[in-house]
Amino acid sequence: MERQSPLFSAFIHVCALLLAAVILAPIAWLFVMSISPAADLAAKPLHWWPQTMDFSRYAMLLSTAENSAGAAFTASLVNSIEVAGMATIAGLALAIPSAWAVSRTPSVSWSLYMVIATYMLPPVALAVPLYMGLAHLGMLNNVIGLALVYLTILAPFTTWLMKSGFDSIPREIEAAAMMDGAGLFATLRIITLPLAAPVMATSALFAFLLAWDEFFYALLFTSDQRAKTLTVAIADLAGGRVSDYGLIAAAGVLAALPPVVIGLFMQRALISGLTSGGVKG
Amino acid sequence: MSGTWMTTRAWLLMLPLLAVMVAVIGWPLIDTIGLSFTDAKLVGTSGSFVGVDNYVKMVSSTNFQRTLWTTAQFAVVSVAAEMVIGVLAALLLNQQFRGRTVLRALMILPWALPTVVNATLWRLIYNPEYGALNAALMQLGLMDAYRSWLGEPGTAMIALIVADCWKNFPLVALIALAALQSVPRDIVAASLVDGAGPLNRFRFVTLPYLAGPLMVALVLRTIEAFKVFDIIWVMTRGGPANSTRSLSILVYQEAFSFQRAGSGASLALMITLLVMLLAAAYAGIVRKTAGSAA
Repeated sequence: MERQSPLFSAFIHVCALLLAAVILAPIAWLFVMSISPAADLAAKPLHWWPQTMDFSRYAMLLSTAENSAGAAFTASLVNSIEVAGMATIAGLALAIPSAWAVSRTPSVSWSLYMVIATYMLPPVALAVPLYMGLAHLGMLNNVIGLALVYLTILAPFTTWLMKSGFDSIPREIEAAAMMDGAGLFATLRIITLPLAAPVMATSALFAFLLAWDEFFYALLFTSDQRAKTLTVAIADLAGGRVSDYGLIAAAGVLAALPPVVIGLFMQRALISGLTSGGVKG
Repeated sequence: MSGTWMTTRAWLLMLPLLAVMVAVIGWPLIDTIGLSFTDAKLVGTSGSFVGVDNYVKMVSSTNFQRTLWTTAQFAVVSVAAEMVIGVLAALLLNQQFRGRTVLRALMILPWALPTVVNATLWRLIYNPEYGALNAALMQLGLMDAYRSWLGEPGTAMIALIVADCWKNFPLVALIALAALQSVPRDIVAASLVDGAGPLNRFRFVTLPYLAGPLMVALVLRTIEAFKVFDIIWVMTRGGPANSTRSLSILVYQEAFSFQRAGSGASLALMITLLVMLLAAAYAGIVRKTAGSAA
């Protein structure tokens, strides 16, 4: 290693502090807003830390009393979990067999590239027919309908991730199991899928995050508490006549919590998914 | 096992995925192409065939030209800034200093924050009456009156780009950092022995390892930026005076606000074409650089 001059070392530390501040300041401010009484947020000069911490907005948002702000928020929270959960499970169920097939049969891989190329399509290019189709099926403002639409985003992505996962599992293991008399499906169940478990977990987490984050289709295809997701609920709050900015901030904190926790946890999942290759030597 | 059976089996295993993809992507896309040649409304009549009228009208409208320019500005400036800041952050994170692991873990936070939450957060920061940016600049004595950052055409686009950059540069940084760590140590050591200065080391030792992953990040980010909808919708809805209106927002207004499904479809397809041309151009550049490096 190059020996560092004290000046260079000081420069690196200052830059690191600056980067940490850039990353943390907006997030910290979101949290501070969520616990600051409205008077502190409207004060001039602005109070950067509340005189008394006020967690009442969280209680309000998570209360399920009828017709409260909380009822709408918790309904959208449940909808988000349902839509993202259903879309993730369906996306993986579709991805696993096709990813394995493409990984083991390169002659059909062009079909996967076609599926991946759909990533380039802007959602607006599909929105009108999807809207008309869902309306025709009576599935507008419906969590199942929205989850189905989310497959346009999730399925290509999970298939691609799963395919690279299967590629890292040597086919020799599968061949050995088959030689020992195991059928195709027994081989997949006993050998391949357990080895692919880390990649499956990573794909599921990514898929869930993508669905949790989705806004455009949810904005178009949902209209009330029966199907509105969190992203739409927050955009409503931010764009509406809510005068308490702390309430908007608290809703943002709650919506950000699951993906932030997953993100911090996924750093490990990602690395383990990459390093747990299965066969050694 | 025979090749034909392998291929048949592969197609059978892919059947569910392909069927769903045809239903939710293939058919809607074909339908959009059909719609783009009609004057269909969103609800009611299916419209009548008008040929390429929608395309001609759209391309010649100042609305479209202005929006294309606005989108290009957003995409080029924000992606360029994300790449530069991302690489600089990665070079920093590749140095030895205390707290490096923690800082690296923190980088995941903006990426994990949902886009709508990010947009809402920055909207609050830019708030003309109570926003933190106004308060901070005033208290530091850098400004003598509160400004409406998102309410003035002069600042709204820059404010949007800052918010977008903050969320997306950490991903570029993490990709670049992974690439930096794949640079073999002995090559770095050898270049030091040969007396290469920091700039030459970056150019000839580090950059070749960075180029591939950065190119992928650049392509993905550019495609995303040209499709941008969420962050703009939440922060400005394309305003003020349409100064931040992106192509996707124009399609939304055309097809859903004004219910003109036909011309909305033609516009959506033009965005698709634009994105595909960009991707093809990038693919061409990648092939060329790969060829000249070999």
